[in-house]
Amino acid sequence: MKSKNARWLAAPYIIWMIGFIVIPLFVILCYGFVNSRGYFTFANVLAIGRREHLKALGLSIFLAAISTLICFLLAYPLGLILRARNVGAGSFITFIFILPMWMNFLLRTLAWQTLLERKGVINAVLTALHLPNQHLINTPAAIVFGMVYNYLPFMILPVYNALVKIDDNTINAARDLGANFWQTLLRVILPLSVPGIVSGITMVFVPALTTFVVSDLLGGGKILLIGNVIEQEFMRTSDWNLGSGLSLVLMVFVILSMLLVNHFDEQSTGVSGRRTMF
Amino acid sequence: MDNPLIDLVHVSKSFDGEMVLDDLNLSIKENSFVTLLGPSGCGKSTTLRILGGFVKPDQGKVFFDGKDITNVPANKRQLNTVFQKYALFPNMSIPENIAFGLRIKKKPESYIREKIKYALKLVNLEGMEDRDVNSLSGGQQQRIAIARAIVNEPKVLLLDEPLSALDRKLRQEMQYELIRLKNELGITFIYVTHDQEEAMTMSDVVVVMNQGYIQQMGTPQQIYNEPENAFVADFIGESNILPGTMLEDKVVRIFGAVFKCVDSGFGTNKPVDVVIRPEDVELVDADDPKALLKGKMTYSIFKGEWYEMGIQTPDGYEWLVHSTENREPETEAGIYVKPYNIQIMNRPVSEDEEAMSLEE
Repeated sequence: MKSKNARWLAAPYIIWMIGFIVIPLFVILCYGFVNSRGYFTFANVLAIGRREHLKALGLSIFLAAISTLICFLLAYPLGLILRARNVGAGSFITFIFILPMWMNFLLRTLAWQTLLERKGVINAVLTALHLPNQHLINTPAAIVFGMVYNYLPFMILPVYNALVKIDDNTINAARDLGANFWQTLLRVILPLSVPGIVSGITMVFVPALTTFVVSDLLGGGKILLIGNVIEQEFMRTSDWNLGSGLSLVLMVFVILSMLLVNHFDEQSTGVSGRRTMF
Repeated sequence: MDNPLIDLVHVSKSFDGEMVLDDLNLSIKENSFVTLLGPSGCGKSTTLRILGGFVKPDQGKVFFDGKDITNVPANKRQLNTVFQKYALFPNMSIPENIAFGLRIKKKPESYIREKIKYALKLVNLEGMEDRDVNSLSGGQQQRIAIARAIVNEPKVLLLDEPLSALDRKLRQEMQYELIRLKNELGITFIYVTHDQEEAMTMSDVVVVMNQGYIQQMGTPQQIYNEPENAFVADFIGESNILPGTMLEDKVVRIFGAVFKCVDSGFGTNKPVDVVIRPEDVELVDADDPKALLKGKMTYSIFKGEWYEMGIQTPDGYEWLVHSTENREPETEAGIYVKPYNIQIMNRPVSEDEEAMSLEE
């Protein structure tokens, strides 16, 4: 009786998943493996091997990795400081870092555009200080800026959560047994916060790898990431088959990177059954 | 040998404006089992954390083996701590946990292997090397925590309520275990607890603390038999604390009756507190010439080895009595106390002494 009820309760979610996840995925799969005349082909998937596509994919992975690394290097010390100060997740400083999440994603990125422009705010300040103007907009650095700014909260929250869960006395015990700050950090704090780091990496790396909005607005259409290439196939050239094929390749890369990250998670914590994302 | 191993000198500490330790002075001799005993918030844990190096005193100095270690960080001190909830490293195996301190000190692996074996044997956990830390019971985790501390051969082991999370039976077993360990290792144990039974069973010296002050320091026998003030008398075991008047040396008046005692030097006609342990109150027949006070039995509860009874004297005070002989409630009885079982204490007068008395 109970299991029957439970099944009925799950029905809306199952319908949702089928309608908005399974069917679209299946459609992309169909499009990706046929050519414009409807014949089965690997051409769309293998098109990733084309020079400009490989370049876009490589740049995407590179910039996403750099952004994730910068987010981690910013978020982890902050998490340690927040933990040591015992300020709690509801504190003002946490609030400041989370605040950008409440604003629209596009608005935030457009704001960076105005800041970084040739005649934007940053260069205006530099001019006022009689310093040479910088070419900021439409560079890979500008895209990394935008990614870090947009995705940083997604690194801070899981890392901070993992850090505050570590018992004070576990850290005191390491100090007590002779470990200095760095030894305590490397041997105790870092391994115990791996689940949070893994969640953070997942939540920053995946959207950074697939984004096309950030690169569009801050790269000025000159720097093509794999997301931009796919977007162009769908929106401009209307080659849905090629767009789907490249999407599938990107999906494989996302899955592979997550498997890699989860593998490290299990290795370092030594505890199986702790899973993130999937 | 008479030089103390640890010396706390004029140590004060407050948290958020609240005084936790107020001008504390404490000397601890080598090879002793010292227990800091007191209710929660009395400053005993803070004292231990100052010794361990996790808390810096606002004022005062900490000396270890004659050297000032007040500003020496925790990782550079020759003491090791066993924490209240074990605080094992969940990301490490049992041998890795035990070897942590030795690996930090870069000891050779063969030495570390020997030490792990020795430590596991010492805490009666031989053959547990392959178990997952998180699958151990509370008592086993506690033993690993002790093993992890003692492989570093500290001069002093600090134990912060290590048995509080264990059940009663296991707690008693561990008490004997700790005494054995202390004797085998021949080092100083400083033990923090709120449990007076633990303190009595294990300690060479008990330091009773309340509200940031040391109330009394002495052997368990001294603390129990000769409490210096009402707080100690009340906190250590059960007792009758009665208002009395010291008429002259060795004579005290309690509720209008004159008792002989063995204390002197309190002056004449001086108000004092009188402590009488419930097992020292002797009940006699009401018409017995020995009876110094008469009262009415109020209740009697069988406790196994003794009866716990109450007897109310005309002044309204209900005495607590432990005796192997039962007396029925509502009957009349007389009270007699042998002179050496009467403990006289000064009434607190100054503000500081006021604080030393009962919290109420």
